[in-house]
Amino acid sequence: MGSGTRDAIRAPGAGDPGDAIVQSRCDPRAAKSARNAVLLLLALALVLALASCSRAPAEELFAAGGVPEAPGSTLQVNVPPPPFSDGVFPCSSCHEPELKFNSKQRKLKIAHQEVELKHGTEARWCLDCHDAADRDQLHLANGEKIPFEESYRLCGQCHGEKFRDWRAGVHGRRTGNWDGEKQYLLCVHCHNSHAPRFAPIKPESAPVPPRRTEPTGGGTSK
Amino acid sequence: MNREASDGTACAPPSVGEGTLSRRDFLCAVVGCAAAATLAGCSEFTHTSFFRKHLRELSKEEIARMLAELEKELSEQYGKPVTVGIDAARPGVQFAYALDLSRCVGCRRCVKACVNENNQGRDPAIEWIRVLEMDKDKGIDFEHANPYYEAEQVPRPGHFYMPVACHHCRDAPCVKSCPTGATWSDKDGIVVIDYDWCIGCRCCMAACPYGARRFNWTEPKVPAEEVNPQMHYLGNRPRPKGVVEKCTFCVHRVRAGRYPACVEVCPVGARKFGNLNDPNGEIRYVLENKRVFVLKNELSTRPRFYYFYGI
Amino acid sequence: MRFVRAFLQFVAGSTRIVLRGNALYWSWIALLVALIVVGARAYAHQLATGLVATSMRDQVSWAFYIGNFTFLVGVAAAAVLLVIPAYVYEWKPIKEVVILGELLAISAIVMAALFVLVDVGRPDRLWHLIPGLGLLNVPASMLAWDVVVLNGYLVLNVVIVTWLLFTLVRGRHPAKAIFTPLVLFSIPAAIGIHTVTAFLYSGLSARPFWHSAILAPRFIASAFCSGPAVLLVLMQLLRKYTRFEIQDVAIWKVAELMAYSMGFNLFLFGAEVFTEYYAHTEHLVHMRYMFTGVEGHTEIVPFMWASLGCSVVAFVLFLIPRTRRHWVTLNLGCLLIYSGVYLEKGMGLVIPGLTPDTLGEIYEYGPSRGEWEVAIGVFAIGFLLFTLMVKVATPIMLGEFRVDTRVAAGSAAGPVVRPATAH
Repeated sequence: MGSGTRDAIRAPGAGDPGDAIVQSRCDPRAAKSARNAVLLLLALALVLALASCSRAPAEELFAAGGVPEAPGSTLQVNVPPPPFSDGVFPCSSCHEPELKFNSKQRKLKIAHQEVELKHGTEARWCLDCHDAADRDQLHLANGEKIPFEESYRLCGQCHGEKFRDWRAGVHGRRTGNWDGEKQYLLCVHCHNSHAPRFAPIKPESAPVPPRRTEPTGGGTSK
Repeated sequence: MNREASDGTACAPPSVGEGTLSRRDFLCAVVGCAAAATLAGCSEFTHTSFFRKHLRELSKEEIARMLAELEKELSEQYGKPVTVGIDAARPGVQFAYALDLSRCVGCRRCVKACVNENNQGRDPAIEWIRVLEMDKDKGIDFEHANPYYEAEQVPRPGHFYMPVACHHCRDAPCVKSCPTGATWSDKDGIVVIDYDWCIGCRCCMAACPYGARRFNWTEPKVPAEEVNPQMHYLGNRPRPKGVVEKCTFCVHRVRAGRYPACVEVCPVGARKFGNLNDPNGEIRYVLENKRVFVLKNELSTRPRFYYFYGI
Repeated sequence: MRFVRAFLQFVAGSTRIVLRGNALYWSWIALLVALIVVGARAYAHQLATGLVATSMRDQVSWAFYIGNFTFLVGVAAAAVLLVIPAYVYEWKPIKEVVILGELLAISAIVMAALFVLVDVGRPDRLWHLIPGLGLLNVPASMLAWDVVVLNGYLVLNVVIVTWLLFTLVRGRHPAKAIFTPLVLFSIPAAIGIHTVTAFLYSGLSARPFWHSAILAPRFIASAFCSGPAVLLVLMQLLRKYTRFEIQDVAIWKVAELMAYSMGFNLFLFGAEVFTEYYAHTEHLVHMRYMFTGVEGHTEIVPFMWASLGCSVVAFVLFLIPRTRRHWVTLNLGCLLIYSGVYLEKGMGLVIPGLTPDTLGEIYEYGPSRGEWEVAIGVFAIGFLLFTLMVKVATPIMLGEFRVDTRVAAGSAAGPVVRPATAH
């Protein structure tokens, strides 16, 4: 008996489910359909789980998952669409370019009063991230305008370590394949950009402590 | 080493892939299949046949027959088509897990996702993952840890949360202690259990320093509508009464390239999983850039489960 | 052919002996059978519902059954305490009664094996332990080694006893050249079984209460002071109710050896207590659970102090020659040391080792009714086996049961049980 007998065992034969999974690793087309099936399966779990984030769940959460480039280079990441509240985008539908704007830091009274800013308010306010001239975009510290789909670059300006970790897949939730395509989420999919700290959530039920079920003296656990 | 069959013909020693007279058939012939009552299953090879060999000594055909019979049995039991795979470890893959202790909020979503994914018994409720609530000012202190915390909201001030499940140790004391070899460390690092070989002696439970193993004190019940029909022979197929079970790193998912269920469901992204041999993977990044530690390091179990501080 | 006929006569004669007895004998047998029935019914219930019928849970996964198993392995090992003076020192007064120790060893091993049987979750799969048929994980697994050495010890004792009795019943003596080494081999074998059983515990780094080098010596010491207690009582019963002549010095010598064992046992216990309490590391919690309770959990505390008290009093009674030789205090001491070590091996080893568990949780275990009933049934089986074996062995040892092999062919010859001539 060679070493093969003690090796890990494959499900044999063509056409059985184990084989399909084995095959999908080698065949890109099968991989894509398998991946889509996986994504579909994950839909429920993801929606449920994201509901626990302090953000509204975004149903269309499945991106054409991107693979991050090597750290240091310009990152091109495919992410799901930013989770805008209903009707708020495009901002230019109200904020016409000709409209004069007030760039003084103040508490807003006419619109967006519901936005509670709890994000470094000693030093910043809305227009430090939102571009005053083009409200459909954000802007970086050097003035470069970026779309909302790349808001991670804006967050990464101050939160550099988290940005690096996120790029490597270590910060934030990950779905997908450890050996292949993975899904990224935008920072704002989990963090409310105006008040990023997570609110506490209700935990699932506690485990059942062990109990004696047969007649005897009482039994308790801590 | 040749053996004589009952009719006197010599047989080659059993080997994988060959349809020669196996030891099992020889024994059946000798003992007498006429006593079929006691040797039920002699004529048909099932996963619970008497004198079935250890899994690692079975031929491909025997395993295929076994899985087919198991799928049929489970499909009938749960009223839906069930698949039972036995995907092997991929060469060059060494799994590891990293959990960000600074992020876990103790919401237990991982616990419940695991229960659903892995068909754990509902009554009595078996949960492979145990989340320990600890005091920040005491640090990791098991004597004062509490897995039974109930709260309206987590995290509770002054506390941190540490989920514990099987660490799939490189030097697993449970594997060492098993008298029948029913649990072993597979090539990709996953410590697996053959539920049809385990005799339920619970040596492994005494040996595990992390309280990772669970015993089926009675027949586990999984409602048919909640059963996950994609199963693995060494993973999430429903277990019988009287055997031990534990986290398998979702072997049915990870050997197909997917993340374990707990990794995907964690709402704060505290759980990371990957291949240690992948220089671009998350786990290598964590090991190289974060402060990692393992539980009960002094026991030299060399776990594959690392805790780290992401912040 | 004569050999076979003699053996058949031996079996027939033994059967006749066990079926003959006075009212006391039969009520004892009836009691044991009743207890076996109780145990069997409880075990059937346990088989049907699973081990949930016990009070064991994930947090305390070994308990009453394994505690009894450990204690009984010690009793089996202790039988050898008679072998040492008898065969090593050729001390005649004990030599005739060595066989009683071996009969006790057989009964104890059978009970120990039964306790393992009732404890495993899948008794239908125990054949997985048989090398060749299944897979025996040696050298790594201590339990696998325990299976090997316990079965080996059982076979050794069965062979010795059967050979001795069958030879004596034919009016001969076993050939010393083979028999004596076999008996002498049972000394390291006995130390071996209890050491491997101790290694089963002390090898587990996950359980700091057990993970100590002192565990194996403590096992031997406590075995040697408790096992022979049964034999002391038995020897007194035998010489009172049968024609067995056992000299006082034989009994007192065994008691003396027990006294030294008790002292050593208490010394080792003191060493453990000092080591834990002086440095008071986290591991102290297990000993605190035994002696003072932890966070209000005090269920086993009274039993631990009772065990200590019994052991100390028994030690004093056995140490002082006057109380050792007085029959009342001697038997009281036997009862005390047996109880003390029984509590220590059962509650004082297995439960504190697992409480608190590896993640600090405390589950207060106490045997369920089903566990009590099954345990009583197993003990009854052992006692019954021991009774029957002693009932057969006694007339053979006394020369009252002989198989007459030189009877002329054709006559209705059978085993002859003659009244003994004066010894």
